[in-house]
Amino acid sequence: MFSISELVEKANLKVLVEGDTLEKEITGCYCGDLLSWVMSRAKSGDAWITVMGNINCVAVALLADVACIILSEDAVLDDDAKLKAEAQGITILSTDKTTYDTACIINTFGV
Amino acid sequence: MSNSVKLHYDVSGEDFTRAGEASGNIKKVLKEIGCDADLIRNVSIATYEAEINMVIHANGGVVDVDIFPDHIDIVLADQGPGIKDVELAMKEGYSTAPDNVRSLGFGAGMGLPNIKKYADEMKIETEVGVGTTIRLKFYIK
Repeated sequence: MFSISELVEKANLKVLVEGDTLEKEITGCYCGDLLSWVMSRAKSGDAWITVMGNINCVAVALLADVACIILSEDAVLDDDAKLKAEAQGITILSTDKTTYDTACIINTFGV
Repeated sequence: MSNSVKLHYDVSGEDFTRAGEASGNIKKVLKEIGCDADLIRNVSIATYEAEINMVIHANGGVVDVDIFPDHIDIVLADQGPGIKDVELAMKEGYSTAPDNVRSLGFGAGMGLPNIKKYADEMKIETEVGVGTTIRLKFYIK
């Protein structure tokens, strides 16, 4: 297991919204953009990699208890999504890497 | 029966940005009560899916929650168009959601299947042109 802050450092991620804490542990990884699919399959504690940066993603992250959202390929985070994430304590990170490349980095942590 | 905790929410049918307020609030209450994390997650996901369905298809609705010592009842009622073919709607991947909804990441045809997956019991009462009521039960182990 490893923390969000360790991932930020190793994968050189940008922190768009810090959320409650960057010391939360990441226990797995899930990639996907269809929100219902993500809610059905992502596990609590997963780092969720997606290109969807709208406000509904924040609700999904909150309700599905993922550790953080990672927006890949510099996908845009909507302003209202940012505000909601700040209010709800959801961590949102960003990278210019692809979803695949980001997942591969997470894989090196052994999850 | 009289000592349950009751919650009531109106779900606005107008905008997606507010969808999730009821489920988010229910999650908060269950956390405060000290419910198990898995139960909270199951209730949150099922309620959110139902809330989204209300926004997409039914112009909103109401959510009523009854928390008992050994179970939680949730009733989600709308006055939308009703579901023509419930069996088909329960199939993963079947969706009647419009394109603008799909571009937001919804409309994968997973809503009702997800609700069934996460609730311990699910009953759908629906009539075309009248509305849909979904009754969910979650056991507190």
